[in-house]
Amino acid sequence: MAKKLMTGNEAFAYGAYLSGVRVGAAYPGTPSTEIMDNFSRYPGVFAEWSPNEKVALDVAIGASYAGERAMASMKHVGVNVASDSLFYAVYTGLKGGLALVAADDPSMHSSQNEQDNRNYAKFAKVPMLEPADSEEAKQYVGLALEMSEQFDTPLIVRSVTRISHSSTPVEIEDRQPPPPPEDPPVYERDVRKFVMVPANARHRHPVVEERLRQLAEYAETTPVNRIEEGSGELGIIAAGTSYQYAREVFTEASFLKLGMVYPLPEKLIRQFASSVKTLVVVEELDPFFEEQIRLMGIEVRGKDIFPIIGEFSPAIVRSCAAKAGLIEEEQGQAESAAAASRASELPVRPPMLCPGCGHRALFYNLRESGALVLGDIGCYTLGFAQPLSAMHFTGCMGASIGVAHGIDKAKVKDRTCAILGDSTFFHSGLHPLIDVLYNGGSTTTIITDNSVTAMTGMQQHPGTGITLQKQKTKAVDLEKLIRAIGFEKVDVLDPYDIDAMGKVLNDHLNSEEPSVIISKRPCVLYTREKNPPPRVDEEACADCGICLDLGCSPLMQDEGHVSIDPILCNGCNLCVKVCPSEAIIPQQS
Amino acid sequence: MKKVDFLMAGVGGQGTILASNILAGVGLELGYEVKKAEVHGMAQRGGTVESHVRWGDTVSSPLVEEGRTDYLLGFEMLEAARWPTYLNKESFVIVNRYRIAPPAVNLGKDEYPTEQRLDEMLKESAGKVIWINGTELAAELGNPAMIGVVMLGALSSMVGGEDDAWLKVIESLVPAKFLELNKKAFAAGRNSIQ
Repeated sequence: MAKKLMTGNEAFAYGAYLSGVRVGAAYPGTPSTEIMDNFSRYPGVFAEWSPNEKVALDVAIGASYAGERAMASMKHVGVNVASDSLFYAVYTGLKGGLALVAADDPSMHSSQNEQDNRNYAKFAKVPMLEPADSEEAKQYVGLALEMSEQFDTPLIVRSVTRISHSSTPVEIEDRQPPPPPEDPPVYERDVRKFVMVPANARHRHPVVEERLRQLAEYAETTPVNRIEEGSGELGIIAAGTSYQYAREVFTEASFLKLGMVYPLPEKLIRQFASSVKTLVVVEELDPFFEEQIRLMGIEVRGKDIFPIIGEFSPAIVRSCAAKAGLIEEEQGQAESAAAASRASELPVRPPMLCPGCGHRALFYNLRESGALVLGDIGCYTLGFAQPLSAMHFTGCMGASIGVAHGIDKAKVKDRTCAILGDSTFFHSGLHPLIDVLYNGGSTTTIITDNSVTAMTGMQQHPGTGITLQKQKTKAVDLEKLIRAIGFEKVDVLDPYDIDAMGKVLNDHLNSEEPSVIISKRPCVLYTREKNPPPRVDEEACADCGICLDLGCSPLMQDEGHVSIDPILCNGCNLCVKVCPSEAIIPQQS
Repeated sequence: MKKVDFLMAGVGGQGTILASNILAGVGLELGYEVKKAEVHGMAQRGGTVESHVRWGDTVSSPLVEEGRTDYLLGFEMLEAARWPTYLNKESFVIVNRYRIAPPAVNLGKDEYPTEQRLDEMLKESAGKVIWINGTELAAELGNPAMIGVVMLGALSSMVGGEDDAWLKVIESLVPAKFLELNKKAFAAGRNSIQ
């Protein structure tokens, strides 16, 4: 069989396709986005961007109730949003196999926290698999679907950034996915199983507990939990990426490699523990294995050696292991510390709004207004950073409006507004907006409508009129929607009209009436709009720094004036508008 | 056990991902096991980006281990100097003489280190440091975005592998209409190292 390099996310999609998944649903979120993106391109499948992760999981559950194999995918914090649905599906069980592929983000490369979603397996009483490379990502999705059908439960397949976004070899298989059923699937009207009123749910909980017991038995013999014999001096228990790093470092040790991370195989762990002198768990984030193993009464080391914070790397595993005396100390630690200190003097390069981004013009006005700005999750979150410095809170998807309303009800003196993107609004902005109206709030909500889900790489959403599989569809009209729920003070304008936006913003911030501003300008990376860079008249430039305070990367401090890098510049001419000396001159295309 | 570890460092938008795909493909072509890792997402927005590519008889971790990098390709001068902990006295560094100022430098609040200082910093950690005018070479050929292929051309003269292996992979990964131009960029990179 031919081998091909695939990212973990490509392999999850490939595995789902090969295993006959025909319905997939997701909300984009780094590092999970490319799973559904890739899946959607396989023939004969239905795939959607749902408005949020809970809807995505409900859609997958519905397809699975009907007897089809289904997959939902999301980032770790997306599971928080979808968790209500996860918990009922564990009670009801299903018909077709259901895999929830969820990607954690240790070290928070692109997230607000680094929660360890293995805890959801224990919390929701749902089995979990964790692949250690792309080949396993492909295989484990298939296994998850089989186990899901065998044990009548959804399964979580856990990924992390370094699995989802690393490329490793995958065997391209000759087999084709199973053909779709000839007759339409049937939803079986089994009320005792599918209607979770208390009387029925009470019957289901014992089923869940018995299922977990059976799954623990299964874990003892499944080939994805395997012992790799080594010297016997040292025994390592690990899964996922941690297994790969540990393999680099502990070349002599025995390994218990866990592919099924919940429930754990107690007998297998006991057998392994008794075959080695020292037992060590190498696991990123929480002591999830370690605590359970200790509860079995087995002596084990783990978080006394390895950190609970941040992602691991081969170097971290090696240096911790050396400090703990598990391996020989290596030379070069001091040199490495000196090198790290040299690197720390270099200027940092944080992510920033793109040249030509409409959000920058809006944040220029927000900073001028002095308002307290409660933000949300998206590209516009970068408005918090210097020099725009115009955002004062970001928590999670959809939190901005409710938090602003609460701050208003606490009667702070500041003028306040909530700000969130179009995709974020469709995700979870509607309910808090209704709350503001219903409960007599005065909050101004700004929707930064760039007509795409930009931060995660240009995904469609309910406002764009195009689906994930590129079908034309009804576009939800934001303004009509907001007026329909009862808002009367609604303005739609281009943030690049900075004078008009300034006036409208002040009017809304000063008003006691709950209101919405739709700041509408398409993402320039998506539209690929680019115009000629303006020219700086060096004589006229007063070197006042007002344009530099836009935080636009092509604008640079030069000798006594600013200059513009023509390669980076998008030609949006925002700097032309803010220059008080008329020293930046727009150029015709 | 043979292994070759590569690290590519640059700024979001410079094309390190395409370059790392090509490098991974060449590794496969030469019969190695290959793994590759990079971070997407926020980094796209003009931030620091890094790609890890590993060739070996067997490769476990997709991440290169600190202190064990064989070749560092710096697509931007400052970014080249950001990874000294990954280098050792055997490491080879190829730096593209190209500067993209970070925001604090643009605002006049921080200083971009001089080329001499960056060179010193790299030489403190690495075995050999080579500077090339990669972006300039790519721009002369008509497109500064081909910097990745120029860098790989320079790298190829040290790593080995027949030209054919490299060109075959490049052919499979760049659009057909840009192929001839990319072949020239590869040759320009290769010739820049004597």
